[in-house]
Amino acid sequence: MPEKPELSLEAYRKRSRRSLLTGGAAAVAGLLGWRWVQNQPETDNIPNVLRQGHELNESLWKSLFRHDHQARTFDREAASILRLNGRHGLRSEIDLDDWQLTVKGPDGTELGQHVLADIQSLPYHEMTIEHKCIEGWAQITNWGGARFSDFMRLYENRLPDNISHVYLKTPDGQYYLRNGNRTRDRYYVSVDVETMLHNQTLLAYNNLGEPIDELHGAPLRLATPLKYGIKQLKRIGEIQFLTEPGGDYWGERGYDWYAGL
Amino acid sequence: MHWINFPLIVIMVWSGLRIYWAERVYAFGILDWEIFHFFPAFFYEWFDINQRLARGLAFHFSFAWLFTLNGIAFVIYTWRTGEWRELAPNRRSPRGFLDVLLHDLRIRKVEPPKRGRYNEAQRLTYTLVVFLGALAVVSGFALFKPTQLEPLTWLLGGYTSARVIHFTVTIAFMLFFVVHIAQVARAGWRNFTSMVTGYELVDVEPDRHRQPEDVDDA
Repeated sequence: MPEKPELSLEAYRKRSRRSLLTGGAAAVAGLLGWRWVQNQPETDNIPNVLRQGHELNESLWKSLFRHDHQARTFDREAASILRLNGRHGLRSEIDLDDWQLTVKGPDGTELGQHVLADIQSLPYHEMTIEHKCIEGWAQITNWGGARFSDFMRLYENRLPDNISHVYLKTPDGQYYLRNGNRTRDRYYVSVDVETMLHNQTLLAYNNLGEPIDELHGAPLRLATPLKYGIKQLKRIGEIQFLTEPGGDYWGERGYDWYAGL
Repeated sequence: MHWINFPLIVIMVWSGLRIYWAERVYAFGILDWEIFHFFPAFFYEWFDINQRLARGLAFHFSFAWLFTLNGIAFVIYTWRTGEWRELAPNRRSPRGFLDVLLHDLRIRKVEPPKRGRYNEAQRLTYTLVVFLGALAVVSGFALFKPTQLEPLTWLLGGYTSARVIHFTVTIAFMLFFVVHIAQVARAGWRNFTSMVTGYELVDVEPDRHRQPEDVDDA
C-alpha cells in the first residue's frame, strides 16, 4: 500500500472541488435513475425494468432447472393442515359429486373430461414437503395424489411437441361484489411445463391421508414444492396445454410470473 | 464502490421491509414476543414503507444482483490492490477494539493508536460488515431458491432459519449504519474545528465519487 503523496493546499483544493462536482453529479444521476425506475411505464402492474428483472431471473433459474433436483422432504409427523390464505376462486358453491375436469389443447379445443376416479386410477404418490407462501411463511404439509407427468401422458399423442406451459383455472364462479364492483369469482395460473413434469408436482386429492377439504382445494388441486403457494391452484376446473405463457392471476397483479423456488 | 453500495443497501432494506411486512407477526412473533415486536407501527409510517409486497419483491430480486456484483467487485478490488491489509484485523484487534470503545464512550482519555488508515475497532467492524454482506447474499439466495439451492438452505438450518438469519443481518446492518454515521459525523466535527483539511483530505480521495452531504439524496 503506497503512501499517498502530500498535496499542496492549492492542488488539494482543486482536487476536492473536482470530487465535489463528480460526487454531486453522481448523486444527481442516482436520483434521476431512481425516478426513472419509479416513473417507468408498467407491465402487469410493476415498472417495465423490474418486470425485465423478473424475466432475467426467470431465464437464469429456468436454465439451471434440473428434474433430479428434489425439494427437501420431511417426516409425516411434522406435517399439519396449511393455514388458509385467500379464497380466490373458492367463493362460489361447489357440488363435489358433480365436479368434472376439462382438458383443452393449445387452440382451445376440448380434448377430454375427467371425474375424480380417473385421476385416482393413476399411480398414487405421497409427499411431505415444506409449503412456502410468497408472503414469507412456510409450513410443512403432506399431499397425496397423481403425478402430473402421469396425467399428461394420457394426452401425449394428441399434443404438439412444443408445449411450454400449462394453464389451470378454477370452475367459473359466481359474481360477487368487491369494493362495490361486480366481480367474477375466478382464479387462474400458468406454470412452465418443466415444473409441471417434475416428479414432485402432483394433482393432489389427499391432505394428510384424508380427502382435501373445500377451502384447501377440494376435490383436486395442484401441489408442488417448486413454486410458491400462489401457483398451486385449488379446485382445478380446467387444464389447458399451451405453447406460450397464458394468463396468471397474480402475475397480472405485479408478481413474478415464474415464482419458482 | 462504497458509495454505490450505500443506495443499493438502502433499496435492499427498504424493499425487504415491504416483504417482511406481509408476514411480520408469525415469523418472529414467538422469538420477540415479550421483548420487542419488529417493527412498531411508527417505524413504517416514519420511513414511508407502505405495504406493497409485489413491488417489494420486484425491487429486491432485481437489485439483489447489483448488490451481489458490487460486493464481488469490492472484494476483488480490495484484494488486488492489497487494501485488505488496511482492513484485516489481527490478534491485537479485540483488545484494541475495547480501547477504542472505552475512549469513544469517554470512559478513558488515552487516544488509541491507528494502525495504518484505520484503528482496531474500525478494522474489526469493517471486516465484520463485509462478512455480514456476504451472509446477507448467501442467506438471501437460500431463501430465493430453496429447492434449486437446497444444499445452501440446508446449511443455514432450513428455510425458516435462513429467514431469521437474513432478518438478523438486516438489523445488524441498520445498527452498523447508525453507529457508522454517528462516528463519521463526530470525526468530521472534531476535525472541522481544528483543521478542515485533515478531514476533507481523507474523504475526498480520487476513488470515491460522492460526498457525505449527498447521502440524503439517495
